[in-house]
Amino acid sequence: MDILNALVALANFVIVPGLAYGAQLAIGALGVTLIYGILRFSNFAHGDTMAFGTAMTIIATNMLLAIGITFGPLPTALLALPFGIGMTILLVLGIDWLVYKFYRDQKAKPVILVIVSMGVMFVMNGVVRFIIGVNDIRFADGERFIITARDFKTMTGLNEGLAIKTTQAITVVVAVIVVAILFWFLNKTRTGKSMRAFSDNEDLALLSGINPDWVVKVTWMIVAALATTAGVLYGLDKSFKAFTYFQLLLPIFAAAIVGGLGNPIGAIAGGFVIAFSEVTITYAWKKVLVYLMPESLEPDGLVQLLSTDYKFAVSFAILIIVLLFKPTGLFKGQSV
Amino acid sequence: MNPALKNTALFSVLGILILGTGIMQGWNTALLIVNMGLISAIMALGVNLQWGFAGLFNIGVMGFVALGGLATVLISMPPVGEAWAAGGLQIILGLIAGAATIAAAIFAQKRFAGRTQVVLTLGVLIAGFFIYRAVFDAGVDAVEAVNPAATGYLGGLNLPVLFAWPVGGLLAAGAAWIIGKTALGLRSDYLAIATLGIAEIIIAVLKNEDWLARGVKNVIGLPRPVPYEVDLQNDAGFVERAASLGLDPVTASTLYTKIGYGVLFMIVLLILLWLAQKALNSPWGRMMRAIRDNEVAAEAMGKDVTARHLQIFILGSAICGIAGAMMTTLDGQLTPGTYQPLRFTFLVWVMVIVGGSGNNFGAVLGGMLIWWLWVMVEPLGLGLMNILASGLPEGSSLRDTLIDGAAHMRLLTMGLILLLVLRFSPRGLIPER
Repeated sequence: MDILNALVALANFVIVPGLAYGAQLAIGALGVTLIYGILRFSNFAHGDTMAFGTAMTIIATNMLLAIGITFGPLPTALLALPFGIGMTILLVLGIDWLVYKFYRDQKAKPVILVIVSMGVMFVMNGVVRFIIGVNDIRFADGERFIITARDFKTMTGLNEGLAIKTTQAITVVVAVIVVAILFWFLNKTRTGKSMRAFSDNEDLALLSGINPDWVVKVTWMIVAALATTAGVLYGLDKSFKAFTYFQLLLPIFAAAIVGGLGNPIGAIAGGFVIAFSEVTITYAWKKVLVYLMPESLEPDGLVQLLSTDYKFAVSFAILIIVLLFKPTGLFKGQSV
Repeated sequence: MNPALKNTALFSVLGILILGTGIMQGWNTALLIVNMGLISAIMALGVNLQWGFAGLFNIGVMGFVALGGLATVLISMPPVGEAWAAGGLQIILGLIAGAATIAAAIFAQKRFAGRTQVVLTLGVLIAGFFIYRAVFDAGVDAVEAVNPAATGYLGGLNLPVLFAWPVGGLLAAGAAWIIGKTALGLRSDYLAIATLGIAEIIIAVLKNEDWLARGVKNVIGLPRPVPYEVDLQNDAGFVERAASLGLDPVTASTLYTKIGYGVLFMIVLLILLWLAQKALNSPWGRMMRAIRDNEVAAEAMGKDVTARHLQIFILGSAICGIAGAMMTTLDGQLTPGTYQPLRFTFLVWVMVIVGGSGNNFGAVLGGMLIWWLWVMVEPLGLGLMNILASGLPEGSSLRDTLIDGAAHMRLLTMGLILLLVLRFSPRGLIPER
């Protein structure tokens, strides 16, 4: 019984939140890694792309709610997601045409593109604030829980409850669907194959008649869709705030680099590695240990390795450790 | 137009802008802009050293600036004797235990091989961590319990606040050494992410380690290198001199202190600018640019690229630390909650790129010009929005959106300027020679 209780407490506070957060990071990191693989620069505007997509989705959600459309027990934002993705695709394609294309044609160094993406980041940040302000916005509606802690306790008779939020379940389900579609696209379709070829060897791909403009356009579209999805899932699970999205840049980059920049499977693995290390290291283990240890050995403190405010430090430490021992990431990534 | 004339013209434009601000909005505002502009120029000098001279992509400026701010507290505030008695030694012991753990782990990592290496390193790290937490936490609790509303931290050394400026540089240099040792030599994007991360960590430490600098409770009332306005107003001689210039004592005293700060900052800026110019034109500076332009060739010529990079990374970060200490001195308080990467890292980058990377005068011009713009965008934007919205009926939602939007014009403008400069004048206002 004690072991079961410990397992449930662990699932409730570590495994479920870790899975949801990991899925959000993984989808975000996939966007970063695709840009890196195809366009060959680290896109610092990614967090703000996520914020823009989410802001658009929130606006569409409010419009849907205003005319009385909801998604039953599921959050209305999922219905509004295609609109958010569409607007984000338009935005990034416009930015690519206005800004990035010039440097691509010039064959500018990657670091110049990174600085350019910093400029784009500023502009997007301003635009998002202009559109939706700087406040914390909660836009999750529908059922809050699939199973509440109280129901779980009465159902199983355990002391510990296991609560699963609807948003957490949705995150994981959507992530699985998105990743499945993405991998099907990359591995089975003609465009997907040309994207991978372009990423592996640009010159060879160009020689075999792949149209680089098309590859770049498709990449931006996929990245916009991924970024918006990641942003909306994160916002549903927690809340939307422009500044938080900017700060997500660090764990997302950590995930992409830990997995190996340019490698989609690596991005997913990296997302979960970062998420679980953040959650486990900042979790107060007392609750679990109380069940597992004999009474005499029970810990006095919270057994929290680091306070939650240091979660950035965790992603960063993992990043450094991986870079020191495996410079191209867990899965072999690219290096420019 | 020859370069010297053009540069004079550019700096004259800057002067006119500041004079204009002084006439339109009052000299206090203008002097505030000048003071922060001088500090921004110093930060830009530091980043220019790293990016313009050596091509290092450091986006952790905020962290070094914050370390400089920490130095101000550690140097200038009076020590809290009670807190030292309660747990000061224990905290230091804890920190020593932590440092010893890391040293031992590195030793185990280097000395042994195979499975022994892994087991020993992990064992040392885990055991060390728990010893460190046990010693350290008790000390922290004791210190933070001492009068938490007013102190609750160890305090500083009670030295004159001007000492904090070089010490801020030293602190930042120490942090830069640690980062550089691990992250330099990796790819340029990795250095970027590493510096971004370390900056966030430094801010997290400042916010959470209350025993060090009171965390988000802020340290206020830092000593000042210039006299207080109130003292000046009570000084009969000062009031008399002010009256002879036709100024009332209150205005005169605020102007006097601001000019005092300005002179101090100007001295630091001129010294650093002179040093940076000397460095740029020395064999060392030429070597740096050679490394920047072609690492492989420089390495083939026998230059130790990683060591030179480490050197310039530390120097540039130290300058940012000095600027950070100066800024906290000017503010008179350390408020870790106000450090934001957009303001303290990316804005400095805009300054360097707009001013002209690789040119010290460019960095100074960019620093002051962009700071002026950063301050003025809001009032200018509000004016613009009011003109735009004047045709709209009172209370329409578009009108409100436009006027509220003025508050967010800053980031948008800075981004646009950065993109336009990168596109149409990638070498900046004063290009590298």
